[in-house]
Amino acid sequence: MHVSVLVFPGSNCDHDAYHALKHVLGADVSFVWHKEISLPKTDLVLVPGGFSYGDYLRSGAIARFSPVMQEVVKFANKGGAVIGICNGFQILLESGLLPGAMLHNENLRFICKHVFIKTEQNDTPFTNGIEENRVLTIPIAHGEGNYTASESVLKEIEDNNQVVFRYCDAEGNVTPDFNPNGSIHNIAGICNKERNVLGMMPHPERACEQELGSDDGLLIFRSVLNSLAVL
Amino acid sequence: MATFTEPKVTLELALEHGLTEDEFESIQKWLGRMPTFTELGVYSVMWSEHCSYKNSIEVLKTLPRDGGALLVGAGEENAGLVDIGDGLACAFKIESHNHPSAVEPYQGAATGVGGIHRDIFTMGARPIAALNSLRFGSLDNPRVRFLLDGVVRGIADYGNAFGVPTVGGEVYFDESYEGNPLVNAMSVGIVKVGETASAVAPGPGNPVIIVGSATGRDGIHGATFASEEISEESESKRPSVQVGDPFTEKLLLEASLEALKTGAVLGMQDMGAAGISCSSSEMSAKSETGMKINLDLVPQREPNMTAYELLLSESQERMLVVAEKGREQEVLDVYEKWDLHAVVIGEVTDTGHVEYWQHGELKANIPSHSLVLGGGAPVYERETQEPAYLAEKHSFDGSSIPEETNFNEAVKKLITSPNIASKRWVFEQYDHMVRTNTITGPGASDSGVVRIKGTNKALVVKTDCNGRYVYLNPRKGGRIAVAEAARNVVCSGAKPMAITNCLNFGNPYKPELYWVFKEAVGGMGDACRVFDTPVTGGNVSFYNENPKGAVFPTPTIGMLGLIDDVDKMYMTPAFKNEGDLVFYVGAERKGIGGSEYLSWNHGLTEGDAPDLDLEFEKKLHEAILSAISGNYVNAVHDVSDGGLVTTLAEMGIFSHLGANLEIGKLGSVVRDILFSEAQSGVVVTCHDTKRDALIECFKAFKIPVYQIGQVMGANLVIDDIINLPVQELRTLYEGAIPAKMNSH
Repeated sequence: MHVSVLVFPGSNCDHDAYHALKHVLGADVSFVWHKEISLPKTDLVLVPGGFSYGDYLRSGAIARFSPVMQEVVKFANKGGAVIGICNGFQILLESGLLPGAMLHNENLRFICKHVFIKTEQNDTPFTNGIEENRVLTIPIAHGEGNYTASESVLKEIEDNNQVVFRYCDAEGNVTPDFNPNGSIHNIAGICNKERNVLGMMPHPERACEQELGSDDGLLIFRSVLNSLAVL
Repeated sequence: MATFTEPKVTLELALEHGLTEDEFESIQKWLGRMPTFTELGVYSVMWSEHCSYKNSIEVLKTLPRDGGALLVGAGEENAGLVDIGDGLACAFKIESHNHPSAVEPYQGAATGVGGIHRDIFTMGARPIAALNSLRFGSLDNPRVRFLLDGVVRGIADYGNAFGVPTVGGEVYFDESYEGNPLVNAMSVGIVKVGETASAVAPGPGNPVIIVGSATGRDGIHGATFASEEISEESESKRPSVQVGDPFTEKLLLEASLEALKTGAVLGMQDMGAAGISCSSSEMSAKSETGMKINLDLVPQREPNMTAYELLLSESQERMLVVAEKGREQEVLDVYEKWDLHAVVIGEVTDTGHVEYWQHGELKANIPSHSLVLGGGAPVYERETQEPAYLAEKHSFDGSSIPEETNFNEAVKKLITSPNIASKRWVFEQYDHMVRTNTITGPGASDSGVVRIKGTNKALVVKTDCNGRYVYLNPRKGGRIAVAEAARNVVCSGAKPMAITNCLNFGNPYKPELYWVFKEAVGGMGDACRVFDTPVTGGNVSFYNENPKGAVFPTPTIGMLGLIDDVDKMYMTPAFKNEGDLVFYVGAERKGIGGSEYLSWNHGLTEGDAPDLDLEFEKKLHEAILSAISGNYVNAVHDVSDGGLVTTLAEMGIFSHLGANLEIGKLGSVVRDILFSEAQSGVVVTCHDTKRDALIECFKAFKIPVYQIGQVMGANLVIDDIINLPVQELRTLYEGAIPAKMNSH
């Protein structure tokens, strides 16, 4: 069981993901530099948060062209498990591994706080250890997390049950008041049709130890580590 | 190639550069000739207030600058260094970016953050936390809202992309800061003892490398600009403000820490004020060597830059590195890996001079020593005079203010003061969690708490200064700034270790303002000596004035505290359990001079600063730490701005719990008990079973202890004068600043 954490210039949650997976969960983890033209033998690719290449253009717009992302796309298309968190989610959208796009947050400001998200799908490798509709407390920290998609794409991902997480209140009610960034349908995370690629704006790697305010992120990482170990 | 004819150097030109006649003569003496135009530029910026500390250094020397756990004292390196055990040291420093932020808030604040982080990582330390201390005019002024918005965005965009959490700080509003906001940024880093880098240039023959961004025309004379009062012409100095690039800074951080690991780096200094001239002269002066630099080799952003411009440019995200001869390629390779410029531009010499060459011509040839603080830079002790306003302010009689008829309304009003109300609007724009070490972030505590992975330790950090107190009584105000910062880290369970300071004052050539400066620094020194918290360095920002006069004198304290055992000592202010007993410990609640209550509820800046007995305060800290370590207390929160009632309201707001309290024993005037900002007071709670142990604990330190009630219900109830639902208080507390910011 091996996890690859990608490192782009400007990644800044790479070490946090490494710490959570390696030191909290005991997984075998290594960093993979953006200039690499091949992936190591690996079971899970984690695309971390941060500001890849500065993100001065559009978040993730440059990273998709990096050598390593060409390999990640191939890996995902062969069924490999890929999780993109925050900037990682943005990069997966730009790479075409996931449908839709990101806008600036509705209030046009960066937002960092704990939010509630509801686990709507637990038939993905990332959530199959979580009860359906379980509410998780996980922080967000982004300026561009306002997910959007065309009507037809939105209908497709809803019809295919690709919306894995939605922003909600503590009881799991999905309401506009608990949508932090204006995301369409309160979408916090989606998977692809094949369910092997997950993108989410909240940061599970920041919620793996109770002293940091929540350890609900462990539920996601344990799910995916367990699913892949079984394979 | 365009030719550039250098202007003839005259006294008039020197005066235009901000130099005095005496200083101009002194330059000629050092050189034994008339300076060239380029040399005049270098001297003017190196001898500016900002770089030379010429009007402050004599006063700063009165501060305790060694002892405690200091590994590197003030002024020796880019930042102070404190031993925190386990083979680790903490580098930390605070610095101002006031003047740039007044004219260009976004970039001014952003580059302030960038500059202070560079100071930390050029010492080989990885920044793990950032704080900021901000002062603005009234939020009713649309220009102030524009400044606040820009400054917060600037800090957020730079710090968030750089990937260091902003874990605390303060935002304070008073009309005195109108037009001249204060933006003080602090960085805290960790390094293994013995792996630090130094700002030195040893060994003639060793190559000098410039790394990072290309050099452009931005920020020329930024340091000189920061050494003048803000005026109507300041707007035209906007081009003096630099532009930040957090992405390049992030690469520079990772590459520099990696380059240090090669062992081939002998010296490293960041380029802030005065760019290449400052870094090259300071590094060579420190090693008593010289440096020969070929400016043609400097990567340039624009064509036809003159030697003058290249030397004075303050383009951001650059550093100067001295490598071991023969091993420079190892260093260059690391920067290459991170796609950064790294170019050998010269070498260390034994001449004692910095020589700057361009197009085969020697443009400047200056003794390094003559340029720097502690060397040839001028040192002045300015004239002082006690300001006349002080006696008038101190004659204020609190009893002239009519007693409240409705305390509920008074408390509701006070809690909507932007100085008291929640700063959530600000801190939620900062990433305060990245690096997953933040145990207590901004908002609901007395200080930020950051764990150190791989140990059981945590750093506890806080910035503090109540400028109104310093204005009303500079000596006491200086003492209180340190005492309160120390009390804040103590209330989070930490031992105060050391401070960094950012001294924001008015024009030092005005005797009354210089008197205030000297007194305030004296007060800080008094407190630092009692608490054994040496001053590790920081920065001085003079000329903080607007057309109406100087801002409140504001010596911002950045306090570093250390928790050795997080499991045992970690503490927060929120009420924890229904039924817990509530105690007040500390000094009598009396005097409303200088209080937020007087200012916000009555529009008065009057009276003397609150009382403070430093020895008593020190004992209080020991007692609190003892009570936490004995596991007697469940919540701890100090009494500060807004007085006891604000402390109690916050403990409720942070927890959604109410309390029933009786406060009659704490003083003789109800209004004073509630609103006085008398120092050395703390509220603690405990479980019923710990009551006797807690009382004994405080008695052992001779700290008065009063049981004042119990955590219960959903309302804050105080005697028969206050009865307010915590939910209502919370709504007011959270809503005040957003209401102002969304009002346009």
